[in-house]
Amino acid sequence: MNTAAPPVPVVRIVDVTKTYTMGDETVHALAGVDLDILEGDFVAIMGPSGSGKSTLLNVLGCLDRPSTGSYFLGGVDVAKMTDDEISAIRSRRIGFIFQSFNLIPSHTVLENIEVPMFYAGTPPAKARERAKELASLVQLGHRNDHRPTQLSGGQQQRVAIARALANDPMILLCDEPTGNLDSATGVEIMKFLTRLNEEGRTVIMVTHEDDIAAWAKRVVRVRDGRISEDVRRRA
Amino acid sequence: MQSARVIKLGLTSLVTHPLRSSLAVLGIVLGVASVIAMLAIGAGASEEAQAQIRALGSTTIRLYSKKPPEEGGGAANRSRMVIYGVKYDDLRRIDETVPGVEVIVPVREVSSTVWWGEKNADTYALGTMTSWLEAARQTVARGRWINEVDMVNQLPSAVVGAGLAKKLFQHNDPLGTEIRIGTKPYTVVGILAGGGSGGGKVGGANARMADDAVFIPMTTIKERWGDRNVKRSSGSTDIELVEVHEAILEVTDPDQVIPTAEAVKAVMARFHRKEDYTVVVPLALIEEAKRTKRIFNIVLGSIAGISLVVGGIGIMNIMLATVTERTREIGIRRALGARRRDITLQFLAESLTLCLVGGLVGVGLGLLVPVYVEWKFDLPTLVHTDSVVLAFGISAATGLLFGIYPAARAARLDPIEALRHE
Repeated sequence: MNTAAPPVPVVRIVDVTKTYTMGDETVHALAGVDLDILEGDFVAIMGPSGSGKSTLLNVLGCLDRPSTGSYFLGGVDVAKMTDDEISAIRSRRIGFIFQSFNLIPSHTVLENIEVPMFYAGTPPAKARERAKELASLVQLGHRNDHRPTQLSGGQQQRVAIARALANDPMILLCDEPTGNLDSATGVEIMKFLTRLNEEGRTVIMVTHEDDIAAWAKRVVRVRDGRISEDVRRRA
Repeated sequence: MQSARVIKLGLTSLVTHPLRSSLAVLGIVLGVASVIAMLAIGAGASEEAQAQIRALGSTTIRLYSKKPPEEGGGAANRSRMVIYGVKYDDLRRIDETVPGVEVIVPVREVSSTVWWGEKNADTYALGTMTSWLEAARQTVARGRWINEVDMVNQLPSAVVGAGLAKKLFQHNDPLGTEIRIGTKPYTVVGILAGGGSGGGKVGGANARMADDAVFIPMTTIKERWGDRNVKRSSGSTDIELVEVHEAILEVTDPDQVIPTAEAVKAVMARFHRKEDYTVVVPLALIEEAKRTKRIFNIVLGSIAGISLVVGGIGIMNIMLATVTERTREIGIRRALGARRRDITLQFLAESLTLCLVGGLVGVGLGLLVPVYVEWKFDLPTLVHTDSVVLAFGISAATGLLFGIYPAARAARLDPIEALRHE
């Protein structure tokens, strides 16, 4: 990476709020959040449950729209997009990694990796080729035709990582990526994510475990719908 | 490319739950099969009926003698004489007063046993004229028909119906040989080609009567039997006096068949107080057969409609269950970039695939049933390509129609909610 050039914020969130109405009550899940994330950064978002970190992740992942404020992803305001446009953003610019892996049980490893490419309109032959590449990248090249139930948790999460990378996204969004794994496997997955980050990939990760957050370069703490702390650990 | 993938997806989920899928499409399978099978059987029956009626000749009118219902105290009589039916006077009156009626061919029948050597058959001897052959739309296979010489000289010449000939002579050549009708000898001069329905009363088994009868000159039958038919049964003797059992009237103008028939009925009604005759108009029967077929088609359409709804509900039910069961998958797909449209398409394709597979199985079953019916019940069937296309189209339409709601429901799911679904 060229350190001389000013870093480009790949994510820019400006005064974002999110309110839900539950019955008569109005819940402020996000009460005015400003956040810039630079390309190539590795950010951990932490906070207790109910702090708004999940809502923030959903907004970042374009699964949820802010009630007010703007969200620029790669310089484009996605807050005002139609559902179809946002779907396209999700498929091309965002790679999701979930706590419970969320692989499609009826699909094989390769087919799971192909899903985002299918929705991005990649020709099947090309998608198959890329899926094989990614499967070997996550060291599952020998399990191409296995189904999720035939894989261990760590292997499943590696398939999920491969799937997240399929369309070469701008950001990788990880929601408690090690939450369902034993600590040894968790470390293995974190090493993977670190390696991806070292290769220039922007990684944003939600976690509540300090030792997992310790893998990140920057830790953002959320409390009561606001950012309460923003610490850069390593330069 | 995309659609091929989507269909493959649909098939995959179908194969994942084979029992559930087959139960879901059962309604479609049975609906499609019953539509095809019933159409085939209905078309076969209607085709046969219409062919039989057409064989009578659509420009003819048939006049049959009919024994009037018994009047009281019949059982007490040891022997009695019943006079009824069409008279030669009736035919003369029709010929004179009804315009446009050309050939009037009377037929008299006598039930009798026919012998050829030791072989015999109980059948009818029909006395008629030279013009019968053409009026009845019959042809002679071998030998000749009754001619003027037979008529004038009251000769004992006999023409044998195709069915009777097969029964009596088998593979022998009967031409020129002698048969006995009752006790009297006759010479076989010809054999009918069969088919058609000339001599019999209309419809069904009677249409085959000409096949099983033996024909002799009208003059001969009159000379040998007179106008009397004697029937003996359990001690009592019935003597029936019938001049003409059947007459074929040919209408010259094909457009005037129905009014001419009305005129014939009017003439007959004036001189017959009792209903001792029947007027049959093949053309009217054809119209009626067509009307019946139309009603049958409406009934069938209703059944097809009901099976569409029943089958569709089955599909909708299973698709709603599938959507609920796969809520999380829908959430995953949405998170990975699927548009609402993609989700709709996926589930529509699945219900369509279900219905198409069900439709195919139904078509197979529907084609087998007529084969079975034909083999087992000896009923004619007729499978129209139209009916197969129609039934298959219905199953596809059902898949689309009843797949729309579950698919739309799947697409409307909130991705976040769907991802949280267990």
